[in-house]
Amino acid sequence: MKKYWSDRGCIITEPYDLEVGAGTMCPETFLRVLGPKPYRVAYVQPSRRPADGRYGENPNRLYKHQQLQVILKPTPADVIDQYLGSLEAIGIDLTKHDIKFEEDNWESPTLGAWGVGWQVMLDGLEITQFTYFQQCGGIDLELCPAELTYGLERLAAFLQGVESVYEIEWTKDVKYAAVRLTDELQMSVYNFEMADVPTLWELFGLHEKECQRLIDAWPKYEEKHRFPVLGAYEQVLKCSNLFNLLDSRGAISVTERVGVIGRVRKLAVGTAQLWVEQQQ
Amino acid sequence: MNFLLEIGVEEIPDWMIVPALVHLRDGFANLLATNRLKGQVHWADATCRRLVIMAEGLPTGQKDSIEILNGPPKSAGEGAAQGFARKSGITFEDLEVTSTPKGEYYTYRRKLVGRPTLEILDEALPGLILGIPWPKTMYWSDKGSSRFIRPIRWVTAILGATTLRFNVAGVDATNTTSGHRRFGKPSIRVAIKHYEIKLRDNHVLVHAADRRKKIEDGIAALLEGKDLTLKADEKLLDTLTYLTEWPTPILGSFDPSYLTLPEEVLVTVMRHHQKYFSVSKPDGTLAPHFIAVMNIPSDPDGFVVAGNERVLRARFNDARFFWDADQKRKLEDRVESLASVTFHAKLGNYLEKTHRVWKLVEQLGGDEHAQRAALLAKCDLTTDMVKEFTDLQGIVGGLYARAQGESAYTAEAIYEHYKPLNMEDSVPSSHGGLILSLADKLDTLRECFRVGMAPKGSSDPFALRRAAQGVVKVLVEGNITTPLNTLLGGDAALEEFFADRIRYYFREIRGYKYDEVNAVLAAGKDSLPDVAERLAAIQAVRPTPDFEPLAASFKRIRNILEQASFTAGTFDPALLEDGPERDLYQAASALQLGAGYTTDLERIASLRPAVDLFFDKVLVNAPDANVRMNRLALLYSILTRSSAIADFSEIVTS
Repeated sequence: MKKYWSDRGCIITEPYDLEVGAGTMCPETFLRVLGPKPYRVAYVQPSRRPADGRYGENPNRLYKHQQLQVILKPTPADVIDQYLGSLEAIGIDLTKHDIKFEEDNWESPTLGAWGVGWQVMLDGLEITQFTYFQQCGGIDLELCPAELTYGLERLAAFLQGVESVYEIEWTKDVKYAAVRLTDELQMSVYNFEMADVPTLWELFGLHEKECQRLIDAWPKYEEKHRFPVLGAYEQVLKCSNLFNLLDSRGAISVTERVGVIGRVRKLAVGTAQLWVEQQQ
Repeated sequence: MNFLLEIGVEEIPDWMIVPALVHLRDGFANLLATNRLKGQVHWADATCRRLVIMAEGLPTGQKDSIEILNGPPKSAGEGAAQGFARKSGITFEDLEVTSTPKGEYYTYRRKLVGRPTLEILDEALPGLILGIPWPKTMYWSDKGSSRFIRPIRWVTAILGATTLRFNVAGVDATNTTSGHRRFGKPSIRVAIKHYEIKLRDNHVLVHAADRRKKIEDGIAALLEGKDLTLKADEKLLDTLTYLTEWPTPILGSFDPSYLTLPEEVLVTVMRHHQKYFSVSKPDGTLAPHFIAVMNIPSDPDGFVVAGNERVLRARFNDARFFWDADQKRKLEDRVESLASVTFHAKLGNYLEKTHRVWKLVEQLGGDEHAQRAALLAKCDLTTDMVKEFTDLQGIVGGLYARAQGESAYTAEAIYEHYKPLNMEDSVPSSHGGLILSLADKLDTLRECFRVGMAPKGSSDPFALRRAAQGVVKVLVEGNITTPLNTLLGGDAALEEFFADRIRYYFREIRGYKYDEVNAVLAAGKDSLPDVAERLAAIQAVRPTPDFEPLAASFKRIRNILEQASFTAGTFDPALLEDGPERDLYQAASALQLGAGYTTDLERIASLRPAVDLFFDKVLVNAPDANVRMNRLALLYSILTRSSAIADFSEIVTS
């Protein structure tokens, strides 16, 4: 798949080295979709969703799964054909399998981002989120990018015909469970049972403060091109992950939720605006 | 000439297609009319990837016409006429003098040369296409570029044998279309007469009716000779018709051990998550099979069946996981957790709502089982099962209540308390379910009105109209005679809101005529089941020959009493005049009412000859004041006695 997208002009990068909930949150997507510059990139991104953890007991739900994230900015007119070609490139014969595009509009309130698109169903299995980005960090995008997010565990299980992601053969004689089951179990215990809520709130506050400090420093900073917008954005990612952790610990009541989302969103929007200004 | 327009779009959400198509069809007809072009839309149809209009009888162009410009009167002189000519971009010599009844005027006959149809369509179609209203639109190029539901990728537009030349959203009109994504050619030259066949050759059935039939026939063939029956589901059939271009059903199976999960859960997983039809066994219970609809012609290696079976297995495993996990905390242990589930930002949480509903159920005379149901009804909102399958709220609560040893009455009431979901749905079958459904909806309505969230215009984000209609339906069809207004907490706006919903229910859902509804409601609306009964009686008696004339006479009586400002007075039989007056009195006195509304109405209608004769022969406005008052009192008593079922003066007589 990486080869396929590389052949179509995508830069191939390695995963971002901070914890994120989805490939969308990596700067390679979140910041690069802003502004007028064309960009094409593909990368695998391990994505953490603390609340989705199942202690390794559920065959299909994971705390951390791998996404292949593809950004095509601007969207080529034959984007769907290219997408279908990518499935054929990994050995799925689309004359023998059923593909459907079912309406599914993606939205991330914490990132102030949304788009419209589909979940792509392969023989009844959701394998890709296909989104035409419209807004990111609260900013209407100059060029509409297509975002393809493949669920790699699902695709691998599909290709190997196994019932559980833990049965996926990672390499000869080594199953997915041997590599990842311990993570799933231990991180589920941590996320649901042992993560210390006051500490998480404290960390959230620290990262929020650091991010806001940087945003506030921007107007007076002389050499704009040196300003660490990326440093500020990493603080947003920290906050976002801490929010997810607090959520999985059940520490955020429904009424509080909107407020906390608003706090993260404010930072994301602030950082996105700095990035756009800096690029000009 | 015939005309073909096909808008090629990336997959449009199925539920938006039909309204868009209607708009396109009507918009095109309107475009022809406003441009004085003959012709009509022959058909309009769509798949998820194309919106199509076929029109016929179009002319090659508009007819030439003449427009008359009226200038100043001749008496204003040549100077004024020259000014008029200059302003109109012509010369004085072009003007002629026309006589009109008002005198002679300068006029100009402007010749309008008819424009070619091709030119008109090229100019108007981009606006028509981009003007289709969608629930949510997007741009797919740069900011500020055209918006549509999904990217437009091709446009086929042919008039007769000529390809149109317009461009819409960066796409040029051509005479090529595109086939099925994998079983058709990407670019196919078409002529109008071969359009549908060419598409069919490329695995696209452009007509929804053809796709629907292919699904239905395919399912029939799959089930033939097996002891299996399709659980019909029109909405799902619609969805699948518009989600595909070449639909082909397949039959899959699942392990019968999953049948230990409640049928409601299994069906919801299949229906909502996987878009599968369910199948039942001869005894009506769920069979361990499902029907999926592919968008490809066949599944020769069984890959698609196997894939769908695997996905369903995982889904069922999830459901079983949720079921087992949820049982670890009983519903009754979840009541306090409702404090952290928001009902609405302005209206607090579900624990508060639960307490209010519980009190209302008690007021409505709910027994201990109904009260218990009220306490537990919303607890399923905290379960994993409902978080995953939100449509099953209430149903899951009822199933869990039963599994956790609550009484059958309590479980049933919880299970049914969201019913009726719409006007086609039935009301709860148990008394507890009726009362809980009523209390839940009334509470929502009262609270929303209390904080000023009444629906405005077409905006009704909390579906309060549906809730109120649900209340009316439950009261009527559940035969609950409690006066509605005592349940509305003295909120005048809510009472008015309900007055409209009651009228709507009896007119639109039950089909009564508006004057019948007005007549019956004017005679009292405390008990809605009673209103329904009186309406049925009116409808039964109305066609009889005496009814409408009598209604007209009653209207006359009402007018007479109003004109005389008569409100009450003593009646003295001794003052009656022999003949029609005494006859009417005797007929009215002999009237025995209370034998049921229909019989009562028939008896009242039988007064007609006596009333007619009275008005024919007797002067109400008698010179003697005592006689006059006595006659008014007679009419008054007849009107009052007869108006308990309906106010006949509201009946519109022909």
